Amino acid sequence: MDFFIQLFTDPVTFWNSHTLLIAQIGINSIIASSMFIVLYSGQLSLAAPGFMAIGAYTSVLMDIDWHTPLALNIAAGVVLAGLAGVLVGLPVLRLRGVFLAIATIGFVEALRLGVILNLPITGEGLGLKNPTADPLGGVNMVLASLLVVLFLMWRLTKGRLGAAWAAIRQDELAALSQGINVSRYKMIAFVLSAVLAGFAGGLEAHLNFFVDPGDQQYGVTRAVQILTFAVLGGSGHFVGPVVGAMVVTTLPWIFQQAHDYINVVTGAFLIAVIVFRPQGIVGRGGLAIIRPAWWPHRNRVRAPSPG
Amino acid sequence: MDQQILNAIFIGSIYALFAVGYTLVFGVLDILNLAHSAVFMLGAAVTYSLVVNHGQPFWIACILGVAASALMGLVIEHVCLRPLRRRRAPPIAALISTIGLALIIVAAIEQGQPGSFFAWLWVDGANSVAFPAGTFPNPIWHVGDMTLEASKVAIIPISIALMLVLGYVIRYTQVGRGLRAVAENPRAAQLMGIDVDRMISLTLVISSALGGLAGILFGVALGDISPYIGRDNVEVRGLAVIVLGGMGSIPGAVIGGYLLGMIEVFALVVLGSNARGGVAFAALFLMLVLRPQGLFGAQLRERI
Repeated sequence: MDFFIQLFTDPVTFWNSHTLLIAQIGINSIIASSMFIVLYSGQLSLAAPGFMAIGAYTSVLMDIDWHTPLALNIAAGVVLAGLAGVLVGLPVLRLRGVFLAIATIGFVEALRLGVILNLPITGEGLGLKNPTADPLGGVNMVLASLLVVLFLMWRLTKGRLGAAWAAIRQDELAALSQGINVSRYKMIAFVLSAVLAGFAGGLEAHLNFFVDPGDQQYGVTRAVQILTFAVLGGSGHFVGPVVGAMVVTTLPWIFQQAHDYINVVTGAFLIAVIVFRPQGIVGRGGLAIIRPAWWPHRNRVRAPSPG
Repeated sequence: MDQQILNAIFIGSIYALFAVGYTLVFGVLDILNLAHSAVFMLGAAVTYSLVVNHGQPFWIACILGVAASALMGLVIEHVCLRPLRRRRAPPIAALISTIGLALIIVAAIEQGQPGSFFAWLWVDGANSVAFPAGTFPNPIWHVGDMTLEASKVAIIPISIALMLVLGYVIRYTQVGRGLRAVAENPRAAQLMGIDVDRMISLTLVISSALGGLAGILFGVALGDISPYIGRDNVEVRGLAVIVLGGMGSIPGAVIGGYLLGMIEVFALVVLGSNARGGVAFAALFLMLVLRPQGLFGAQLRERI
């Protein structure tokens, strides 16, 4: 509880002592947004850690070998991740549901175990040192990026693109019969998600002195964690995944007393949320419990979460 | 090379046994039970703990290890799946709740230190341990240039026998007909008087017992028991296996298991040890892209 007391009574000290945590929340929120785009368009893709790895390694390698400025490095990582998104998306987007999830897991692990751990340039299993990392100074950049990303998500989901994605998620066949180019919009979602993941990967690499090719970082464990952000927060609204990322990332600090058993607590929390609110924390009926009767709200029909 | 082929067959048997349980749940429920790899680990850990920390005879410990896994299957059903079914949650919700349970199981074992809360279950923390020599008879034969260890060789007939029994039960008994009916259409099955919830509980019990047994066999044969054996060895490979054989198909999972064993050993021999993991996942990716219905197409696609 100290955690929250400090957050409200002494935000400056809180900021100073938890800068790394805040930066990590920001990064995770951006990755969760990348997950959100694919889920919002009805695709269960777990490819994000693969694209993050592409973004991270590209940006760090450019920095080490060519000493190019950070913005250029991250931009290059983003472009490469986007290209990889096109290349991976072309074959896998014919798949649906859990098949797509498994195929993208195949991509993530084939990239990590087959390519990254075997190439001399990526440091094989040893990872890469990133001498110009800036863990504390990077936080402003991360939070600014998060705001931009959130603004984009908001505009995207309100616009034609978002409407098309929602239509595809609710009923692909009906969307097709309404003249929506389903495969094109799915591809756009997949590539956008890859771009965002590559961006988050580049940012994250800038915050760490070491690029670690471990399972926790760019493997299935990470993919599952990102899926958890999105589903726990609720994937029907762009705020959901960000809330999920915040909650899951701060859990170890919230339950500091149970430090050794933090994964037991996290697991129990996941089960409790998903059993009592399968639509996620931010989801249909989300505020119904605490919203006073006189509070104006539009009686919108919101789609069920994908999957 | 003969030795390598033998290795492929015995690791393939473990993959197959694990994946049969995976695919059984997917076939009946359309849900990926991501706690299955944690159950695999739990079976091995409980058996080891009973033998080494509680001084039980090996065979009793094996039976209790399988029983503990089966019990965990019931926990999965009652905690993670049934409440979601009641709320008609999308299948992705079950993915998350089973991940949650897997986290709990692994963390509980991981925190098992002497004197800690979970010490009765496991005392070796995150370390990897092996059964002490002499726990079970393990004669070694030499045939040609091959070395045959009884503990490894025994896996092959055990798994094949179990999978045949499972196949028989599902194909020819009343219970099996019930399971297949639920897999085909739960609502229609209910209208025909089948207790769907009981069938699903049974599915989870069978699946988890097989998963736990696969874990015990793995621990016995490879001498590697740690909280992470499920995550590191079978979690994603199990997915590869059921995809290779066709999701939800039991014969497919068996063939897929042996096939993955062969692919990995082949990659090991041809490309070296580093490429081993990558090749399995590349195979998984290519398989889904080129032939999403699995290797054997429609004839094995019939559910479970």
